[in-house]
Amino acid sequence: MAQLASAGTPSGGGAPGVSLVSQRTRAWRTFRRNKSAVIGLGMILVVLLVALLAPLIAPHDPIAQSTINRLEPASSEHLLGRDDYGRDVLSRIIYGAQIALLVGVASVALGGVLGTTMGIVAGYFGGRIGTVIMRVVDILLSFPDLITGLLVMAVLGTGTTKLIIAIGITITPRFARLSYGPTMSVKEKEFVEAARALGQRTQLILSRHILPNVAGELLVLASLWTAQAIRLEASLSFIGLGVQPPTPTWGQMISDGTVYLTNLPLLSFAPGVALIFTVFAFNLVGDGLRDVLDPKSK
Amino acid sequence: MLVVVTIIFLLVRVIPGDPARAALGDNASEQTVQQLREDLGLNAPLWEQYLNYLTDLAQGDLGTTMVTRAPAWDQIQFVLPHTLELSLAALIVALSLGIPIGIITAVRQNTAIDYIGRIVSLVGLSLPAFYLGLLLIYLFSAQWGLLPAIGAGDFSDPADNLRRLILPAVSLGLIEMAYVARITRSVMLGVLSDDYVRTARAKGLAERVVLYRHAFRSGLVPIVSLIGIFVIGLIGASVLTEEVFARPGLGRLMIGATRQRDYTLLQAIMVLYAFIIILVNIIVDIVYTMVDPRVRYD
Repeated sequence: MAQLASAGTPSGGGAPGVSLVSQRTRAWRTFRRNKSAVIGLGMILVVLLVALLAPLIAPHDPIAQSTINRLEPASSEHLLGRDDYGRDVLSRIIYGAQIALLVGVASVALGGVLGTTMGIVAGYFGGRIGTVIMRVVDILLSFPDLITGLLVMAVLGTGTTKLIIAIGITITPRFARLSYGPTMSVKEKEFVEAARALGQRTQLILSRHILPNVAGELLVLASLWTAQAIRLEASLSFIGLGVQPPTPTWGQMISDGTVYLTNLPLLSFAPGVALIFTVFAFNLVGDGLRDVLDPKSK
Repeated sequence: MLVVVTIIFLLVRVIPGDPARAALGDNASEQTVQQLREDLGLNAPLWEQYLNYLTDLAQGDLGTTMVTRAPAWDQIQFVLPHTLELSLAALIVALSLGIPIGIITAVRQNTAIDYIGRIVSLVGLSLPAFYLGLLLIYLFSAQWGLLPAIGAGDFSDPADNLRRLILPAVSLGLIEMAYVARITRSVMLGVLSDDYVRTARAKGLAERVVLYRHAFRSGLVPIVSLIGIFVIGLIGASVLTEEVFARPGLGRLMIGATRQRDYTLLQAIMVLYAFIIILVNIIVDIVYTMVDPRVRYD
């Protein structure tokens, strides 16, 4: 420990001879060694680039209709053909990445912040409020996410913003449940007690001392649930209760294509490939992060 | 159960707008809307509606639907057997494939089999339930014409009923299998790293004996307790499976109710789902005490 103090870095456990690196660098190195996580991250970057550069790389306008050319099979001009309104399928898939990422990330951000706050508050203060919060959380958890999502969509109505809220609400209890347990155990630790004894404000204790101790697991959950959120968005859009036309979404495209499944299977299957690619990428990263943070579960 | 019913009741009641107006459409006269409100008891104060609802429910009355004005139970009892049939068949597929795959990948950790198994189950987790259904319809019905794609048949014709069950059950079962295999794998990995397994190995027992006598037995106990969670996942995915295969069922009824804004039917279905989930959990608890003699509920 002597050389630790002289080195002045906050990282612990560095053996002599090994350069002392920050926790973050070390985590990044472990992450990089996890091949599947790196592949997943690369895949996400591809989707992100496609979404951001959609106006530049999409060969056609995704919502321009041309009913004379409807259901045109694949050609060099329209690589994946045209749908039943004569819209270019490839361009619609490219633009679909925008909605998928938007809904996935925004709903997890919403549900993550809401749920984590609920979990930490319930865990830190405990008592009757904590019990009530966690009881409601457990009930919500016992319902399949698609059914919760459907119910909330029925209450709110359709539309992109409402879809984000609905999926966010579905995700909230997962984050509450995850952050509750660690908060309960961390709040008894000496450093939290010390902070309390020093008279630090509760808000500061929660954000400086409790949150960082839960952050790792939250990151895993965020990644895995972004995957599920995108899957959920596609499912609700497939049913017709999600993002409304003419905005191109993969779920809606798959649903529209089912009518022509026999003759033009590409209409349904091509957007599905994009969807699976994206969801798979987030799942890979989530899995990789879990291995990094908890080597035992590998 | 009471808490669940209350939450569902309140959720449906906070719907903005007038459910009677929504059910009848914009062209209905003010008088008709008033009449429906009166019939449905929507003019009474909230607490009175709540008490009425609870009284009805206690007598097994799930309420009257808004659109058909018939008891909700009439529609539910028609579709319920189809949903139960599908769920049970899919659960058998999921468990009979998922548990062995999970065990094999855990035992052969970090071998080619493990990697393939992990990738397959991660793809399964990334596939929306409707997409696999579409693929199966395309291959087995549209291309090869082997099995019927839609409908559920009639129970009076068991052969036809069974033929129509195969594709949806396999589709739903394979999706759930991915989840079962993943959880089984991580449970088994936990068991395999336990001390008593190391002891068994150290005292020179054959690997086969270690696995069958020591690891599997204790590994199966937590897996049994997870069946409740598997069923919840199955119920969620069954909604989409029923929609893709145009099978009558609880999930499809729920989608229809959401589209038609039939809030009383929606409420009835939600209560039924809650009831099924609670029932499954009780059954799992009972089975659990039989599998694990240490657990006793007094």
